[in-house]
Amino acid sequence: MIQSIDWSLVDWSRAQFALTAMYHWLFVPLTLGITWMIAMMETIYVKTGDPEWKKITQFWMKLFGINFAIGVATGIIMEFEFGTNWSNYSWFVGDIFGAPLAIEGIMAFFMESTFIAIMFFGWNKVSKKFHLAATWLTALGANLSALWILVANAWMQNPTGTTFNPETARNEMTNFWDVLFSPVAINKFLHTITSGMVLAAIFVIGISAWFLLKKREVRLALRSITVAAVFGLLASVHVALTGDGSAKQIAKVQPLKLAAMEGLYQGTDEAGLVAIGILNSKEKREAGDVFAFKIEMPKLLSWMAYGDPKSFVAGINDYKNGNPEQGILSTPEKIQRGKVARDALAQYKNARAAGDVARTDSIKTLFQDAAFKESYFRYFGYGFMDDVNYYLPNVPLTFYSFHIMVILGFGFMVFFALILFFTARGEMQDRKFWLRLAPWIIPMAYIASQSGWIVAELGRQPWTIQDLLPTVAAVSKIDAGAVMVTFALFAVTFTVLAIAEVSIMLKAIKNGPKNHGGTK
Amino acid sequence: MFESLSHLVLQQYWWIIVSLLGSVLVFLMFVQGGQTLIGHLGKNDLEKTLLVNSLGRKWEFTFTTLVTFGGAFFASFPLFYASSFGGAYWVWIIILFAFVIQAVAYEFRSKAGNFLGKRTYESFLFINGLLGTILIGTAVGTFFTGSQFSINELRQVTWEGPARGLEAALNIQNLALGLSVFFLSRVLGSLYFMNNIDESTIFTRSKRQVMISSIAFLVVFLFWLIRLMFLEGFAYNPVNGEVFLEKSKYLHNILEMPVVLVLLLVGVVGVLYGIGIAIFKGSRKGIWFAGPGTILTVLSLFLIAGFNNTAFYPSSSNLQSSLTIVNASSSKFTLTAMSYVSLMVPFVIAYMWYAWRSMNRKPMTREELNQEDHVY
Repeated sequence: MIQSIDWSLVDWSRAQFALTAMYHWLFVPLTLGITWMIAMMETIYVKTGDPEWKKITQFWMKLFGINFAIGVATGIIMEFEFGTNWSNYSWFVGDIFGAPLAIEGIMAFFMESTFIAIMFFGWNKVSKKFHLAATWLTALGANLSALWILVANAWMQNPTGTTFNPETARNEMTNFWDVLFSPVAINKFLHTITSGMVLAAIFVIGISAWFLLKKREVRLALRSITVAAVFGLLASVHVALTGDGSAKQIAKVQPLKLAAMEGLYQGTDEAGLVAIGILNSKEKREAGDVFAFKIEMPKLLSWMAYGDPKSFVAGINDYKNGNPEQGILSTPEKIQRGKVARDALAQYKNARAAGDVARTDSIKTLFQDAAFKESYFRYFGYGFMDDVNYYLPNVPLTFYSFHIMVILGFGFMVFFALILFFTARGEMQDRKFWLRLAPWIIPMAYIASQSGWIVAELGRQPWTIQDLLPTVAAVSKIDAGAVMVTFALFAVTFTVLAIAEVSIMLKAIKNGPKNHGGTK
Repeated sequence: MFESLSHLVLQQYWWIIVSLLGSVLVFLMFVQGGQTLIGHLGKNDLEKTLLVNSLGRKWEFTFTTLVTFGGAFFASFPLFYASSFGGAYWVWIIILFAFVIQAVAYEFRSKAGNFLGKRTYESFLFINGLLGTILIGTAVGTFFTGSQFSINELRQVTWEGPARGLEAALNIQNLALGLSVFFLSRVLGSLYFMNNIDESTIFTRSKRQVMISSIAFLVVFLFWLIRLMFLEGFAYNPVNGEVFLEKSKYLHNILEMPVVLVLLLVGVVGVLYGIGIAIFKGSRKGIWFAGPGTILTVLSLFLIAGFNNTAFYPSSSNLQSSLTIVNASSSKFTLTAMSYVSLMVPFVIAYMWYAWRSMNRKPMTREELNQEDHVY
């Protein structure tokens, strides 16, 4: 147990991290996705030699540059916040988390920053082919940056390839490849970067549609739409496939998150998937009356989670109260087992202080014992708090975020297909309704993207590391007041910078490709 | 190949890498120094724009090096990361803030609709240059003077300094190092402008600035260095890890590690030579000597902070909580895996070199800026 928890410290630290992460994620997906499209456009330019394609490339590149700067600004906070606000966590995972972060710096950031400079400033200085290579390498570098941080995030969702060392009181890496190639990491990476591509494609289509409505830059707009619609359609199919893969992974490693995503309180065979639903109040939900309204697709959840429409999907109550039939431990039981593991650690410390070598050795062996790991240590994090409800995520937020993400995701797929269809028939310019609608899809893409991260991160509360380290035990010991001040500082700064970014972006779009360049 | 090395050798290898990154970072802070001189060296809008654009093509290297320095420190010595960042909260938050506003300043400065106006973004660059250098220097100063914190057996840090790290700036020794970094970055920034911009007014003013900043730098740096040689340092017993105070520890370290002494001397001579040819001969090439000289000098200082059984992040209030490269490091497995990654560093440096050589054949001119597509 932790003595005297300062809840306002935990909450403000979480709020600050959420704030910076969400601001960061406002800018990153566009960077991830649009670099690929810019690289494709420039490739067409180099192949055809048509200067119009160069103009198209440079226009989108300019918007990319505006967006990129603020992504960098919010990114540096993320990295250092692990240390400043989550110092206990930093030590606990430093042995695993640090390596991907260092690799990210050495491999990806330098690649990105070197070649981005050539991309922006090299048009008149290096050969066409070298410039094109630089553009592709910028795209690769940006997406590689995402790989390593997502590997680290995936490890927090599903810690693999590590062993706890009581001597240093932390997890230590035992298999680098298990960490890197964990199925959770692969799925997460692909789902994240393809969702960035979808967002970027919607961005390009929305702005191009606005040009068409204004009857400006028609050639640029039509060509951009063609590239973006093809790219977006392929990416959105991929998002759906990796989303399905993610759901299967969640069913395996974070089943409680899955239950929250679907608002499933009572586990059942042949579980249906709620396509649209409105949740009842907390009291009613806990009493068994979960939905005020829902449209359910029978058996689909069982199929989605386990590939078998008959299989059992556990609900929130199964995890809270246990379900021996399905081999699910109750939360109080996990708390007991977590305490056994924490107690063993305490005994190790005492034995070490007393210089009892035989005892320390035997406890050290215990932590490496497969049965102890499986039955006790895996619940280590439950030993920190006695309150059963502490271990349950926020159901409405997780449920609604998940459904908003999925519904919008499928909507985007239809949108891309239609746009591609109109483009193929040469009707795009005449489809006024769709041209008017397209710019409004851009904010939808941002909402879907943010919702995805809310599902991923709020759905696994209270864990910073699944089942091993809850947020209360991960936080730095700082005055809550100090965190409130920095929260306010960052909230104001990021908001002001975001306003500036959007304002510059809108101006740049309005000015269009012709006026770019020059000192003004 | 790294598997056969002992944990201690890997810890030393990674201390050298972290030190090298830190040294390169100090050199690249010529960007920060240059940012504090924009209003001083540029008397009209065009000159300012030349200065900003000249720095604007390098700032990301400094930024990326800072991020990588942080990442490598986290990866190789996570207990330092956890203790210092979580403990000296305010220092790091202010440093971070200074870098957040820098990242947008270049891109947004001259763009239409930038909401805050050109002057604000220029002041962001100034603030970044001022706080970034002084506070990072001050924070590194505590590697030699210690901080007030304790670490329990679960490796959780409790910070005892009253101002969450800002108290470090009240120590004259730390402050002297902070100011040294600040003035050095201004020297390097001026030398960089002399090299990178083909505009006679800027050249002349930069040359004058090299002289002024060099004098200031030498005064504070020598003050810091000479005092350092006589300070009580934080030594530890390699057998049982016990930390104790040792008179003139850092002087002993220099004398006991002749290679470090050579690095320090060559580095200092390099910096002085670079300054000298700029001031007395009006050479453009000063930065090519002062830059590498800076790297060698800073490297030698990091090495005396962490090698020869010295605690690199000492606790002055609780000696036994002090961090050493042995007790703060990652596991042998992780250091081994990361060592393989470090083999890519020469490759990274090679492509950076190639890329920049093809971009920077000629110094920047006002004519070039007029033809450029992407201007800050």
